[in-house]
Amino acid sequence: MFDGYTASQLMSIFAMQGFAGLILFSVFLLMALGLAIIFGQMGVINMAHGEFMILGAYVTFLTSNFFQSNLPHFFGGYFFFAMAFAFLAAGALGYALEWVLIRHLYRRPLDTLLATWGVSMILQQVYRSVFGAREVGVVLPDWLMGSYQVTDMIDVPINGMFVMALTATITAAVFALMFRSTWGLQVRAVTQNRVMAGAAGINGKRVDRLTFALGCGIAGVAGSAFTMVGSTGPTAGQLYIVDTFLVVVFGGAQSLFGTIASAFAISQSQSTMEFFLSGSMAKVLTLLTVVGILLLRPQGLFVVKVRK
Amino acid sequence: MLDVTRLSVAYGQSEVLHSLSFATDKAEIVAVMGRNGMGKTTMMKSLMGILPSRSGSIRLEGTELGGLESHERVAHGLAFVPQGRMIFPTLTVEENIRTGMVVRKKSRIPDEIFALFPVLYDMRHRRGGNLSGGQQQQLAIARALVADPKVLLLDEPTEGIQPSIIKDMARVLKEIRSMMSLTIVVSEQVLSFAMDVADRFLVMENGEFVYEDVAENVDETKIAGFLSV
Repeated sequence: MFDGYTASQLMSIFAMQGFAGLILFSVFLLMALGLAIIFGQMGVINMAHGEFMILGAYVTFLTSNFFQSNLPHFFGGYFFFAMAFAFLAAGALGYALEWVLIRHLYRRPLDTLLATWGVSMILQQVYRSVFGAREVGVVLPDWLMGSYQVTDMIDVPINGMFVMALTATITAAVFALMFRSTWGLQVRAVTQNRVMAGAAGINGKRVDRLTFALGCGIAGVAGSAFTMVGSTGPTAGQLYIVDTFLVVVFGGAQSLFGTIASAFAISQSQSTMEFFLSGSMAKVLTLLTVVGILLLRPQGLFVVKVRK
Repeated sequence: MLDVTRLSVAYGQSEVLHSLSFATDKAEIVAVMGRNGMGKTTMMKSLMGILPSRSGSIRLEGTELGGLESHERVAHGLAFVPQGRMIFPTLTVEENIRTGMVVRKKSRIPDEIFALFPVLYDMRHRRGGNLSGGQQQQLAIARALVADPKVLLLDEPTEGIQPSIIKDMARVLKEIRSMMSLTIVVSEQVLSFAMDVADRFLVMENGEFVYEDVAENVDETKIAGFLSV
């Protein structure tokens, strides 16, 4: 499949596809972080996670429109407000959803699966009714447009670099929260042994609600980032949810490092192969590899080893 | 201190604890003896709110705890060291201790804890799951103590622990009791350990107390009789 390319062309292709893969990696990672902490904490598989991301994307769209018509002077900075609003909106919806629905379904994993799937369809229809079935595009401020030319054959888009910086910041913040804060300590304790955490004085239900809200909030920020690399439509979240599950399972639930490594591996292999093969072929190969590795390592890439 | 009256607990239709009543004094150590399957762990779990009780009341200094969640009982002054320790294996020793401090919103581990259990200080950055059984037991006790309890519940603390450490543990428990004027309810099968620590004995058989006496008058052979299979 490499026929007809010179060595230097191949280098540039790999570099640019690699960079495109990094942007995909950013969106996967932001999605997977939220999904993984929710799954780890509560054993709930949130099928509506993609719709929380799209909520963030629509909020970004609304914010950009608002700035364009009302505050054109500050349009360059709208994105930071959009991210904050996306986080708050998705987080608040997550908090409400946990309170109304999820908390009644604990210890019933199949029911939560169905219920959150239903929520995802409701949200899709809400988006369709409110924003229309057509995809909406978000106008980027000038400073995020264009690209940076590394060599005459390699271009890296500036918005891509911004998305990656954003992802790095959020990932670092999630790590700090999980491993340095009292909230993170409670999450990790409840994840390992809910009953004992309660008997040690931790309010598991409160931790659940905050965790669910935070996971959804991160998905909202992922949605903000997503507007720069894809177009926002009611069903766009569906395209990412399967890949995100793949990332979480492949990385080994409960290991944030595993999530990062597997998001990287999957996004890079998909992006690079997509250039040479068709998109669906790339997906088939990625899936086969993941399935093969999971057969050999059912617990995923990373597990924490301790005595039982 | 802790007043339990007519506590009944059932798994589905089958009642396993029948109308248990007992009370403890401040800074008293009460041993609940009995063979496997007699209901000791069930009693501990229902006191802690892990298992629901069918009827009866559990009061701590006059406050009714029945119906409260586990973490609310901890906030009211109950602490629990379960059978099998149940420390958090992938958390470090220090983090394990901190989980007990969440309810008190403390940020610094009190020095007395490490004075009581120096080995935990040496291992504070190790994962809890990599400690030996005896060390995990100390960790579980430390985690319970940092919640500033009034009553400490210990479920079979000697299980799976080497004899030399059992002796040590009896000493530490008595030290904790006088230091913090803490009431301790300990369920146990090892009579020598119970004779070492307890002020009063309760013997449980088939979910009921069948014998009770203070340590001075206790008839060791009679309790041994209850414990033999």
